Amino acid sequence: MNSERKAHLLAALKKNCRYDGRKPFDYREITVEYGISRSAEGSARVKIGETEVIAGIKLETATPYPDRPNEGNLMVNAELLPMSNPEFEPGPPGDQATELARVVDRSIRESKSIDVKKLCISPGENAWGVMIDVCSINDAGNLFDAAALAALAALKDAKFPGLTKEGKANYEERTKNKLPLKREPLEVTVLKVGDQFFVDPLSDEEKVVEARLTVGVTEKDTVCALQKGGQSPLTLKDVDEMIKIAQKAAQKLRKAL
Amino acid sequence: MKEELKVNDKDIVVPGETIATGMSFLPGPGTYRYESNIVAQKLGMVSVDGKVIKLITLSGKYDPKVKDRVIGRVVDVLMTGWRFDINCPYSAVLNMKDAVSEFIPRGADLTQYFNISDYAIGMITNVTSQKLVDIATKGPGLRKLRGGRIISVSPKKVPRIIGKEGSMVTLIKEKTGCDIVVGQNGLVWISGEPHQEVVAVNTIKTIEQQAHLSGLTERVSEMLANGGSQ
Repeated sequence: MNSERKAHLLAALKKNCRYDGRKPFDYREITVEYGISRSAEGSARVKIGETEVIAGIKLETATPYPDRPNEGNLMVNAELLPMSNPEFEPGPPGDQATELARVVDRSIRESKSIDVKKLCISPGENAWGVMIDVCSINDAGNLFDAAALAALAALKDAKFPGLTKEGKANYEERTKNKLPLKREPLEVTVLKVGDQFFVDPLSDEEKVVEARLTVGVTEKDTVCALQKGGQSPLTLKDVDEMIKIAQKAAQKLRKAL
Repeated sequence: MKEELKVNDKDIVVPGETIATGMSFLPGPGTYRYESNIVAQKLGMVSVDGKVIKLITLSGKYDPKVKDRVIGRVVDVLMTGWRFDINCPYSAVLNMKDAVSEFIPRGADLTQYFNISDYAIGMITNVTSQKLVDIATKGPGLRKLRGGRIISVSPKKVPRIIGKEGSMVTLIKEKTGCDIVVGQNGLVWISGEPHQEVVAVNTIKTIEQQAHLSGLTERVSEMLANGGSQ
C-alpha cells in the first residue's frame, strides 16, 4: 500500500469503520476441521474468513533433557508458505515465522496446557515429544489467532501411536489415548489505531496499525501469554483494556472449537 | 450429416463439448470448428445468434484489448516510463509521453509522477501479438488514483457492474456519494465516506454474485435503499 491509501484506511479506522463493515470486536466466520491428515497424530484446519491455517501434531519418543528427566518435550514450528501471501519467500524461516511459532509456543507452554509429566515413559530414559507444525495456507490477516486456534484444535485431535518393546513409536498402530491436556489456551490479537481498539485484522489493516497485543487466554479467562508488536508504545491502561477485550473475544472464539 | 444444435440456447457447456453439427453454423468467440462440428473452447454459456454460435465465458482472467480502460498498479519505474500490473498475465508499459499532459524534462525523477504501488486508471493503446501492452494515462477520465481503496472482481462480471451505459455504477455513485472507477480488468477503485464505502463494496460484491440473474437493477436499488444489506 502506498502512503495515500494507508492514510485513507487509517481515517476509516479512526471513525470506527472496518473495510468489510464489521464491528470492531467481531471475528469473521470461523470454521475448524479436525483430522485432515492421516499421517499426523493429530491435525486441524482453521479458517477465519479467507485466512486459512493448518496444524499437525507429531508424537515421537526421545530421551528427556537431563535437567528434566520426568518430562516430555514440546516444540512448535511455523511455516509461512510462499503460496499464502505474495510477500512470503521460500527459504529458512524469517522474523515473522519465528515470531508466529514462538507466540503459539508460549501460550501452550506457559499455560501448562500439556501435562508434560504424563508424557514420560521411563524417567531419564524415554519420553514422548510433542511437535506442533503450523502452516499458513492463505494469509488474509490475523495469522496469530488462526495459528493458535489450529494448534489447539490439532492437540485436541491428537491420539498416541502404539509403543514397541524397544520404546519406539509404532505408527502402524493408533491407540485411543488422547494427549493429556489440562488447559485450552487461545490467542486473541487486539490492535490499536488512534484511540480505537479492534480484533481480527485484515491484511491491509495489519499494515497500518500502530500497535498490537496478542493475548493468550485459557478457558477460565486466565491470561497465559502476551506478545506486543508495532511501533507505538502502549500505556498500562491500554494493556488492561486490550486484555479485557481479548478475554471477551476468546469466549466467542472458543465456540468454534 | 444432420445439421442441428446439440444444446439449447443459454446452456452451460464444458471445453470439448459439441455444441452443433453441420457446416451451416459458424463458430463465434469461445468456440471452434472441428471437422464439421462446432466445439466449445471454454467453460461458458452458449448464445445462439442466428447461425453464429458464441460462448459467454463465466470466469477467467482479463484479456487485454485496445481501448479498454483498466486500473493498474505501478510495479517498476523504467528508463522512459513505468511498468504496470494490470491484473492479467501480461504487464503493461506506460511511456513518459503518454503519462501526463505537462512536459517531463530530461533526467527528471519519474517517481514524482508515478511511484511504485501507486494506482492509475489508464487506457490500453496497443496490444502486440506477443501481448506487449501499452497504456496511456493522459486523456479524458484517465488519471492517477489518489487514496481510496481497491477491490477486485471477476473481469467477466464488469459489464454488469457498469450496467447499460453506466447505469448501474451511476446508481451506486448517487446513492453512496462515493467516487467509483471500474476498470475492465476487474479492479474497482472506491473513495468516499468510510461507511458509504462499505455499502458500495457490498453492493458491487452482490452484483458480482448475482450477475447471471435478471432483475438485478431493482434488487440493487433496494439494497442501496436498505443501506447495503439485502
